[in-house]
Amino acid sequence: MTVDSTAARKPRRGGSKRAGAKTAAAAGAPELVQLLTPEGERVEHPDYSIDLTAEELRGLYRDMVLTRRFDAEATTLQRQGELGLWASLLGQEAAQIGSGRATRPDDYVFPTYREHGVAWCRGVDPTNLLGMFRGVNNGGWDPNENNFHLYTIVIGSQALHATGYAMGITKDGADSAVIAYFGDGASSQGDVAEAFTFAAVYNAPVVFFCQNNQWAISEPTEKQTRVPLYQRAQGYGFPGVRVDGNDVLACLAVTKAALDRARTGQGPMLIEAFTYRMGAHTTSDDPTRYRRDEERELWEAKDPIARLRAYLEREGHADEAFFAALETESDELAKHVRDRVRTMPDPDDMAIFDNIYADGHALVDEERAQFAAYQASFAEESH
Amino acid sequence: MTAQKLSIVKAINASLRTALENDPKVLVMGEDVGKLGGVFRVTDGLQKDFGEDRVIDTPLAESGIVGTAIGLALRGYRPVVEIQFDGFVFPAYDQIVTQLAKMHARALGKIKLPVVIRIPYGGAIGAVEHHSESPETLFAHVAGLKVVSPSNASDAYWMLQQAIQSDDPVIYFEPKRRYHDKSELDTEAIPAPLHAARVARPGTDLTLAAYGPMVKTCLEAAAAAEEEGKSLEVLDLRSMSPVDFDAIQASVERTRRLVVVHEAPVFLGTGAEIAARITERCFYHLEAPVLRVGGYHAPYPPSRLEDEYLPGLDRVLDAVDRALAY
Repeated sequence: MTVDSTAARKPRRGGSKRAGAKTAAAAGAPELVQLLTPEGERVEHPDYSIDLTAEELRGLYRDMVLTRRFDAEATTLQRQGELGLWASLLGQEAAQIGSGRATRPDDYVFPTYREHGVAWCRGVDPTNLLGMFRGVNNGGWDPNENNFHLYTIVIGSQALHATGYAMGITKDGADSAVIAYFGDGASSQGDVAEAFTFAAVYNAPVVFFCQNNQWAISEPTEKQTRVPLYQRAQGYGFPGVRVDGNDVLACLAVTKAALDRARTGQGPMLIEAFTYRMGAHTTSDDPTRYRRDEERELWEAKDPIARLRAYLEREGHADEAFFAALETESDELAKHVRDRVRTMPDPDDMAIFDNIYADGHALVDEERAQFAAYQASFAEESH
Repeated sequence: MTAQKLSIVKAINASLRTALENDPKVLVMGEDVGKLGGVFRVTDGLQKDFGEDRVIDTPLAESGIVGTAIGLALRGYRPVVEIQFDGFVFPAYDQIVTQLAKMHARALGKIKLPVVIRIPYGGAIGAVEHHSESPETLFAHVAGLKVVSPSNASDAYWMLQQAIQSDDPVIYFEPKRRYHDKSELDTEAIPAPLHAARVARPGTDLTLAAYGPMVKTCLEAAAAAEEEGKSLEVLDLRSMSPVDFDAIQASVERTRRLVVVHEAPVFLGTGAEIAARITERCFYHLEAPVLRVGGYHAPYPPSRLEDEYLPGLDRVLDAVDRALAY
């Protein structure tokens, strides 16, 4: 069996860029659910169909464009010293917007630290996502406000939180579902394996959404697994499917189906969104040390935004005025984000001691008082 | 049920039963806690009475147990998880330290993590490797966690009630070698605050501070010392995070000497912290340096050697003599 992650990285002899998406199936590699080809042609899939209005299609396009713009602005802000670090989602917009738009408001999302597009879909203020990267907080939002949990940095931990939350939904007799995001690197973590075990054993309504972006910092997928990741699910007793992660329609259709499955008591499912991280792992990373330019070029031909635009234009679902207006909206978003970040206040000194315990703690109280007295001593000296 | 004599195992069982009855959001989770009733039978009969949905047998995966408990807490449940043995908590240590302890603060206080982690701990039961450890310091060192250990049936019952009602994560260390010791439990009493130390035996010449399994050892030491005309006060600390330093200070101001006793290694242990703080607070009251009796900087030894490793009556009395000799 061919491991498709390798196949995708190395252009097949004689294969052209245009053949890209179709070669996978043709070569006997794992089938990829696809509804929109890299050229922007609409194709059907026997198990996952979707019928969207022109307005809905434009909505998905708008989500992806604005998310990409927000992400680019955050990268720029990092380069300008306004953020300490940024984890870009460039290239993964379709995976995130497709899956994010598949969720219902009462569903609960457990992200890793790169799910800016999913946060966008959940209505999280994008500037909230930047506090952690600017260093003004370690999370910074109320997860229950949009049912979008805090970003989780330790790889794969959140898969268990998602599973536990889903077990709670079952106990409540509710028909909500949970979606847990993680990457191909996280698939090697014990916590993800344990989450699969618990989810299967308790038939928890959780969808595991793995964005296989081909690289875990500098480690390629082959360093994580010898089988296509979606096939892992079978060993735990639930279905797994590989979807074209650069195809927003396929990501939406497959995630919707998986969430519906979960809500109707049919248990967990693993979705492997086969995609590509176009940029660095984070702004601290240098991908030129471990991957070739040709690889990125190969994936640029599968760009999620370009392909939806091609489809919208071909079908006449969007006109020039729409694209122009979106460009303006994009600029406004970027300016808003820039202004908000630059004026984001540093936390109060005493925040060190805030919210460590819900019920208080004598040592924290004592140290808070000592710290306050120490700080106050400077004020007294200056008098 | 009002006042009666009960073992610690039965008191914890009664406490879990009360919590399950009083609050439908309370769950008991862990390996073998259901039909078997736990390897120490602490959860005996609970699944039979409350069902598999409330008393949950889990897969054999400690990180999974704690990680899913966090998710359940986020959904509004109050999970009480059992880690089968002290040395088995480390696969879950990441979830406890990097996730459970910090999540309330990361969410700016908007979410609560009412998770209790019960860990049977300590030695003297002739067990194999990883079954006799005292890792309390590793948890007490982490902000966001509370760490307690009862030494008798009444505290076992009430401190667990308080831990379950707390909106903070609590690590509840059960002194497994004392599981079957019986003492008075009044389920209608008004309990002391969870983190308050208790004078287990008043005395005038020296304070022995201990918690969990070592409280009984210290009480025995105090009884033996009395025969030699020495009056030792025994303080049951009950909580390692936070530590009731005010109570220790008050005791030391009376007795002017302090020996801290625990099974965990002395190096960087609870006793080290207490010695440092009490030296700061009571420098002019102390007639002797604060001494510590505890485990060595060595892996917990094979059980044929554990009597040498663990603080026993003689080692405690030796430290008492040294402190009184200053």
